[in-house]
Amino acid sequence: MIIENSPTILSVQGLRASINGTEILKGIDLTVRSGEIHAIMGLNGSGKSTFAKVLAGHSAYEVTGGIIQFEGKNLLELPPEERARAGLFLAFQYPIEIPGVANTQFLRLAYNTVQAQRGKEELDPLEFDDFVREKMKLLEMKPDFLDRSVNEGFSGGEKKRNEILQMALLEPKLSILDETDSGLDIDALKIVASGVNRLTNKDNATILVTHYQRLLDYIVPDFVHIMQAGRIVMTGGKELALELETRGYDWISANKQQAMAGVRA
Amino acid sequence: MSAVLQSLVNQPYKHGFVTDIESDIAPKGLNEDIIRLISAKKNEPEWLLSFRLQAYQKWLTMTEPEWQNVHYPKIDFQAISYYSAPKPKKKLASMDEVDPELLRTFEKLGVPMHERAALAGVAVDVIFDSVSVATTYKQKLAEVGIIFCSISEAVHTHPELVQKYLGTVVPVGDNYFAALNSAVFTDGSFCFIPKGVKCPMDLSTYFRINTEGSGQFERTLIIAEEGASVSYLEGCTAPRFDTNQLHAAVVELIALDNADIKYSTVQNWYAGDEKGIGGIYNFVTKRGLAKGANSRISWTQVETGSAITWKYPSCILRGDNSVGEFYSVAVTNNYQQADTGTKMIHIGKNTRSTIVSKGITAGHSNSSYRGLVRIAPTAENARNYSQCDSMLIGDQCGAHTFPYIQVHNNSATVEHEASTSKIGEDQLFYFSQRGIGAEEAVSMIINGFCKDVFQQLPMEFAVEATKLLSFKLEGSVG
Repeated sequence: MIIENSPTILSVQGLRASINGTEILKGIDLTVRSGEIHAIMGLNGSGKSTFAKVLAGHSAYEVTGGIIQFEGKNLLELPPEERARAGLFLAFQYPIEIPGVANTQFLRLAYNTVQAQRGKEELDPLEFDDFVREKMKLLEMKPDFLDRSVNEGFSGGEKKRNEILQMALLEPKLSILDETDSGLDIDALKIVASGVNRLTNKDNATILVTHYQRLLDYIVPDFVHIMQAGRIVMTGGKELALELETRGYDWISANKQQAMAGVRA
Repeated sequence: MSAVLQSLVNQPYKHGFVTDIESDIAPKGLNEDIIRLISAKKNEPEWLLSFRLQAYQKWLTMTEPEWQNVHYPKIDFQAISYYSAPKPKKKLASMDEVDPELLRTFEKLGVPMHERAALAGVAVDVIFDSVSVATTYKQKLAEVGIIFCSISEAVHTHPELVQKYLGTVVPVGDNYFAALNSAVFTDGSFCFIPKGVKCPMDLSTYFRINTEGSGQFERTLIIAEEGASVSYLEGCTAPRFDTNQLHAAVVELIALDNADIKYSTVQNWYAGDEKGIGGIYNFVTKRGLAKGANSRISWTQVETGSAITWKYPSCILRGDNSVGEFYSVAVTNNYQQADTGTKMIHIGKNTRSTIVSKGITAGHSNSSYRGLVRIAPTAENARNYSQCDSMLIGDQCGAHTFPYIQVHNNSATVEHEASTSKIGEDQLFYFSQRGIGAEEAVSMIINGFCKDVFQQLPMEFAVEATKLLSFKLEGSVG
């Protein structure tokens, strides 16, 4: 939802980043205010996943220019774990498998770390068990999920649900969902989307990184940004995604200027 | 990437202190006179001296093995002192009389001894350099007929048992280092569990090499009679010296009908510094004979120390329905080298063996799993399951797997699984994105990786092993 005068959560200006000397992000500007849902769309290789990882602080990428403010803090000064503790969450496109580590153990450690940072109460295993089971209902997850190793042998849908479960537990200020729709069948997509919808509120914000319009039928964005070659080349409302769906990405290049005219400063 | 990973693995060795105790050290070098000297110092019976001399003669005809995947300069066996013992101030009747300096050493090591032993329910035999210092709980064990003492003592108090079993599982000429040990071993532990007795507590030996330039050659012999069972723990540390020290132990286990021996090791010998200078050469022969029907021998090892580790705790499954197990975690860092694994020799019918090996390799280290599964023609319906997993930290290290499978009976089932994984940037990024720092992440990943093995360890050992691993790998991730 767009709220008049709501505080800025994320402010990105002129962000440039490269990997192994190749520049991927070539000057990104983006402002996200609390309550808002932003979709970043683009073809493979446009830099949208890189943008997500750079926000989260992946060490493979070198930031070569620009600034990122997160709730007034200089995000670029913080290592990834402190960004996470400050309330920035990334739902991974390819969640990592951790053999031998029970999901519940991992979830509890993450939860307690963030709780400690916020000066809130940490939960012992029994309390946490009750707490996490409540959250799991939101995503229609089976209880055996907790005892299985983190993401090991999970189906694509289970992995994505596990990501959203972590989002539910950590209650981030800003959630970045990187291709959360990829690999999901329509039922799983609906469950994940409804989970996300229940977690969004006026005090947090969400960035959806996606290739396809499909996800946006279920999580309706306030803004849609189109990325091309490391830049946001067009920004509009939710109808931009539909237009893109019918006209294709080629249409963007031809109409950059026109679309940019309507963008909120 | 490696900055954090590196700093995680590279923690200083905390057992690297030397205890200032007057030692009785034999002159360096090896010859018949030295062997006679050792034997005389220990006031040994004639049969044991001839056991030693026979081993020595065998050893002279043998050559140092070179097939293993480790590299080190030739050992000068004449530059080693083969006997080093703390000089006793008087005969020790109780723990209170042990040299307080020595007790402080064990306190530093965190050995659960004395009152702590009572709390932990552990009986401890402590081998300092090569001599057994004190055995706690002897009396309590004696009440149920268990003999747990140093092997030197057993030679005098129960010569018939020692003579009957010594060298029956690992013959004097078994291999180069076993022959050397048989010739010069100075002490070790002896444990005898009589028929039908379940040992009421875990038995434990703590080994420590203290004197520079000395070798440690201990000899352990454990016998479980019909229906008996015992869980035995072994821990090892050594001070830090720039010279390499040789540790060539022999462990023999014998399980009769329905007997059960579980042998757990946490090995943390000094591994050398970050450049690979110094450290222990850990060349050890460990073998269990599941002699009786339905007997079971289980090895669990957590190998974190030593400059070079060369050991293959093995099971000879002679009894029908006998079971052999090998659970291993081997961690190498810096310039450490490990060539370790097991041998499962199936002879009896319906014999079963399980091998779970986890190798964690960091820094410039090199780790090999080497395992033999042999199904003899007599072993009807034998089964083996092997699983060998390697985890690499950083890109300067190497992990290798050498499985040998020999099946001579076609009713056998043999399974082998292997995997290699890497603690990489992406894994750590996933943890850090959930607010979890690199150290905690590595410890969680490693403990998850080793879970199948740690589950086999007795409780307090599992805790120690977990700590040791985090400590060992601190600084290796980044």
